[in-house]
Amino acid sequence: MPEFRTVQCVVNDEPREAEIEPRLLLVHFIREVLGLTGTHLGCDTTSCGACTVLFDGLPVKSCTVLGVQADGHDIVTVEGLGSPSELSPVQEGFHEEHGLQCGFCTPGMMLTATGFLEENPNPTEEEIRWALSGNNCRCTGYMNIVKAVQWAAKKMATSGISARGARG
Amino acid sequence: MMAYYREDAKVLSGGMSLIPLMKLRFAAPATIVDLNQIQGLDYIEEAGGYLRIGCLARNRAIVRSELVRSRHPLMSSAAPTISDPVVRNRGTVVGNLTHADPQGDWATVMMCLDGEVVARSTEGERVIPVSQFITGPFSTTLMPNEIAVEVRVPGATNFGEYHKIERKVGDFATVAVGVALQQQGGSVSRVGIGLTGVGPSNIKCYDAERIVSGGGLNENTIQQAAQAAAADSSPRTDHRGSEEYKREMVAVFVRRSLHAAAGIRAA
Amino acid sequence: MALDEIQIGGLGARRKRVEDARFIRGKGNYIDDFKLPGMLHMETLRSPIAHARITSIDTSKAWMTPGVHMVITGDMAAQHNLAWMPTLSYDTQAVLATDKVRFQGQEICCVVADDPYIAKDACEVIVVEYDPLPPIVNPKQALAPGAPIIRDDKAGQTNNICYTWEVGDKENTERVFADESMQVVSQDIFYPRTHPCPIENMAIISDYNSATGKLTIYLTTQAPHIIRTAVALVAELPEHMIRVIAPDLGGGFGNKVPVYPSYVIAILASILLTRPVKWIEDKTGNLISTGYARDMYFHCDAAIRKDGKIQAVRVHADTDNGGFFSDAQPTKFKIGLFHSIFGCYDVPYGYLTAQGHYTNKAPGGVAYRCSFRITESMFFQERFMQTCAYEIGMDQAEFRRVNFIREFPHRTTFGFLVDSGDYDKCLDLALDKIDYDGFKARQDAARKQGRLLGLGLSCMSEPLGAGNSREYDIIGIKMFDSAELRVHPSGKAVLKIGSKTQGQGHETTFAQIVTHELGIPADDILVQHGDTDNTPFGMGTYASRSTPTAGAATAMVARKVRAKAKKLAAHLLEVSEEDVEWELGRFYVRSAPNRGVTITDCAFAAYTNMPDGLEPGLENNAYYDPPNMTWPFDVYVTTVEVDPETGEWDVLKFVGVDDCGVRINPMIVEGQLHGGLAEAFAMAYHQMITFDSQGNCIGSNYMDYMIPTAWETPHFELYEVVTPSPHHPIGCKGIGECGCVGGPAAFVNAVVDAVAHLGVRNIDMPCLSSRVWEAIKYKKDVSGTPPLPGQ
Repeated sequence: MPEFRTVQCVVNDEPREAEIEPRLLLVHFIREVLGLTGTHLGCDTTSCGACTVLFDGLPVKSCTVLGVQADGHDIVTVEGLGSPSELSPVQEGFHEEHGLQCGFCTPGMMLTATGFLEENPNPTEEEIRWALSGNNCRCTGYMNIVKAVQWAAKKMATSGISARGARG
Repeated sequence: MMAYYREDAKVLSGGMSLIPLMKLRFAAPATIVDLNQIQGLDYIEEAGGYLRIGCLARNRAIVRSELVRSRHPLMSSAAPTISDPVVRNRGTVVGNLTHADPQGDWATVMMCLDGEVVARSTEGERVIPVSQFITGPFSTTLMPNEIAVEVRVPGATNFGEYHKIERKVGDFATVAVGVALQQQGGSVSRVGIGLTGVGPSNIKCYDAERIVSGGGLNENTIQQAAQAAAADSSPRTDHRGSEEYKREMVAVFVRRSLHAAAGIRAA
Repeated sequence: MALDEIQIGGLGARRKRVEDARFIRGKGNYIDDFKLPGMLHMETLRSPIAHARITSIDTSKAWMTPGVHMVITGDMAAQHNLAWMPTLSYDTQAVLATDKVRFQGQEICCVVADDPYIAKDACEVIVVEYDPLPPIVNPKQALAPGAPIIRDDKAGQTNNICYTWEVGDKENTERVFADESMQVVSQDIFYPRTHPCPIENMAIISDYNSATGKLTIYLTTQAPHIIRTAVALVAELPEHMIRVIAPDLGGGFGNKVPVYPSYVIAILASILLTRPVKWIEDKTGNLISTGYARDMYFHCDAAIRKDGKIQAVRVHADTDNGGFFSDAQPTKFKIGLFHSIFGCYDVPYGYLTAQGHYTNKAPGGVAYRCSFRITESMFFQERFMQTCAYEIGMDQAEFRRVNFIREFPHRTTFGFLVDSGDYDKCLDLALDKIDYDGFKARQDAARKQGRLLGLGLSCMSEPLGAGNSREYDIIGIKMFDSAELRVHPSGKAVLKIGSKTQGQGHETTFAQIVTHELGIPADDILVQHGDTDNTPFGMGTYASRSTPTAGAATAMVARKVRAKAKKLAAHLLEVSEEDVEWELGRFYVRSAPNRGVTITDCAFAAYTNMPDGLEPGLENNAYYDPPNMTWPFDVYVTTVEVDPETGEWDVLKFVGVDDCGVRINPMIVEGQLHGGLAEAFAMAYHQMITFDSQGNCIGSNYMDYMIPTAWETPHFELYEVVTPSPHHPIGCKGIGECGCVGGPAAFVNAVVDAVAHLGVRNIDMPCLSSRVWEAIKYKKDVSGTPPLPGQ
């Protein structure tokens, strides 16, 4: 029988604890153990970015991190963007600018955009395209995703709300 | 710990190479030693005449480091071409070197810059030049009881470019060429030329380096160095391109970089 | 006062999508998100080699792995008559290999276990022994003397040909070619194998309830109703006890139309184990075994008059169909709608032949973002038009213009009826926006400096919205579509459709059609789809057919509802029906326009105050059998710069002009075009699946199967022209796939144009830098046909 390890971490501002197999990938920990199915799994090669989450504030591909590595760290998934009553600027931008179609890449794309805008709140189109180049979208041709990020940047500038949205 | 587990264990830093291998079930280590729990290994600093990169320094940090840019512009040129922005948030320079993928970019860069790996074990510490560290595809001289804790690069260079043909962001190189120089007014005091993706492993172009360090930078030495580097490559035809194409691209990029260094506009 | 249609989200409104609310919060429902009580997990073991006889399969260690519930082999499936299944092209396909493997990645065994990690562990300890056979990776090898017969399972199959097909007027075509005043231009082009590859892979949960006998299948399918019928027929289960639910799909692009072997085994396993069984495909499985697209070899001759008018074309296409002929296409047509080629040009005579070949590659031939092999026909057409222009020394835009059709409807040389269009207007607009004349001057000047600029033009009209039912069916089911509309007492409505969104936004746009017809605000209309127990029978969503068929059905059912509402209005207004007039959202008395009732008033009356003799309720359904397909017209033009030393190329500018008739929601139309054009760029730039001489698939994961990122993908500049379809109820035409169909030729034409002065006429896609470099260096065409050189 495989041995189990205890993982304690903060996910979307809530402390979580679980006993998991050491080989369990972070994406499966998030989806299967924590039941947060907004984080998707697309490829097996760390390529597509559908599984992107924020790990201590930085976008990482959760299919290529072990669940046990989350111990002691802070994770944000799509469920942690915005608040129940209010969308985050990035979520709102994706809706306003038709930045999604099938929605499968969207959570990962939004988390990469969120991490990026926190670092660079006033980006050029070229910087946006570069920042998103670790996330694949098959539906949109990226045109409206770029516009969505620009929309979010503008919203952040005018409202003072962070990319991840107003908390609480 | 490595002394205890030896061959059964794998060291995890960024995990961007090891975990994919485990998912493909090419690797199934019984034990994983996660360095991420250890504080203070993510440094990028200058000390004792070396630019020192700790084994937890992520590619992300290299891309953003002004210190790196001022000491070795080749590193700053190469870092953004490694994988993609999200993977660079986890992946490390030292992890990339120890994985020794023949398509890895950092080994080429470090060969150009005479980089050295610092390996530590319970028995002490040893320093291995990267050109001797990598012994072949996925194979290094690191001992089972050792951990690579640092890569360090001596001195400084004032020119560096990494040219990489990739089919998309995140792709391995079809061909990549690194060129680094320390030069002043046409005289070259230090030169490094290295190749990725055009041989069974990374290639350091000793002949081309000798031509430039001996003759300085002029149209004649540039053309000769480009041909020498192309002769050092041993590419294979595959879905990325033909052998002939890759060899030719080595010459093109060595020439372009040396022209740029010499301030000569491309013909 | 009539309502402001745009304000209430009707036709033409850039209405924000209702689907977004769940997706941007991570609350979508994709199959992997479902967990059923007692659910088990399945993993499929695949063949590592392309062609071999299976000598033994030892599953004993897998059975002994703790947590494993069942290991299913082909022999076990055969006991249930499920080792083989029929394909959508009237061939058979192995579900699990019993005799031999015919392509790398073919399904051999399935393991059902407590969790997917255990199922994968167990697959690793299954021992399969093979007796290798020579692999065949292209049609030429398939036809070579002494080639092994791949389909030796089929009685009477003595070669590797899976179909032959022809259409056109051979005699008159030959007569034109015999005329010596004609200039004849010929060309061979290969369209490489590619793959739709949605980010979400295939998935199924099969849940068999042994107490009720009901089988519920959660499936990644673009066509749930067809699947239900297919399962009923293949598994001999009663159709009313099968429910297929296609929840949110993470893209489809044609890949999620067929029935795949692992689906069949998951269903079998859930029946045998009487527990829910989930199977989630991995990316490699998706790329190496599921419906690929294209893989076609094209030859064409054109006989051209001195003034540039094409007088006849002779076309031959060879398709590489893989190990099983399982193209998803209408029954009558063995090479899809490939004969739509030259549809936008006035070509008096044509003769087209086609032949299909079995090879040791994955089966499929799906309509990857196109209407059944139209992508191939339009690509070849526009590549060939450019070559013809070069060869006869005519400006390429002018050459197209000389040959355009201008009178509609127009019967094409291969028998289609083009419904409408204004081609000159589209071309003029596109050439103006790209600065066509200015570019030619810049191109000449750049060449003198050793720089290579190129311009690529692609014009095409695509028949979208199959059927009519006379000509189009899939496994015998005619290609209509359907809608059901129910208006509740308070005036809110539910629309149920037979098609199925995979990201196109049906929940948003189909409501807008109802709004247009009834004046009910779009926000008050719920659109349901994708559940066979709760929606009318439809053929599903692919081939850009939803708006032309289900969209038309939606307009028609709304009109039926409006007709009944009119009776209710007459009753409420106490006038005769003939005296009642309609404006958006409201009936009024013709002679007293201020006296009126809203559609909401009528809906309430339908349940509370109906006249004597009128059935209560306000609902209806419509099955729409389109009289013809709809014919959008598109012009794509792009400029590129090629690095003469490295062969790398960059898009300088891209302009698209699309005429898809009336746009229900312009925002969504543009989104569809962006997506299609990005895939077009991908195929031209780097996206391909190829094979080495051993039949190993190159392009089996996202490291080698290149799908472009935001960084590589160019900016698309779009313009519109509107020529309503004369037969569609609201004048719409299909659009979802036009960018993907017409786009590739624009990019390749641009790259070839940059090097055409060297005598280059063709570089096979994708135009990898190495291929472009080779064309420049050796001043010759570059082939990309498998097997890969040097391996």
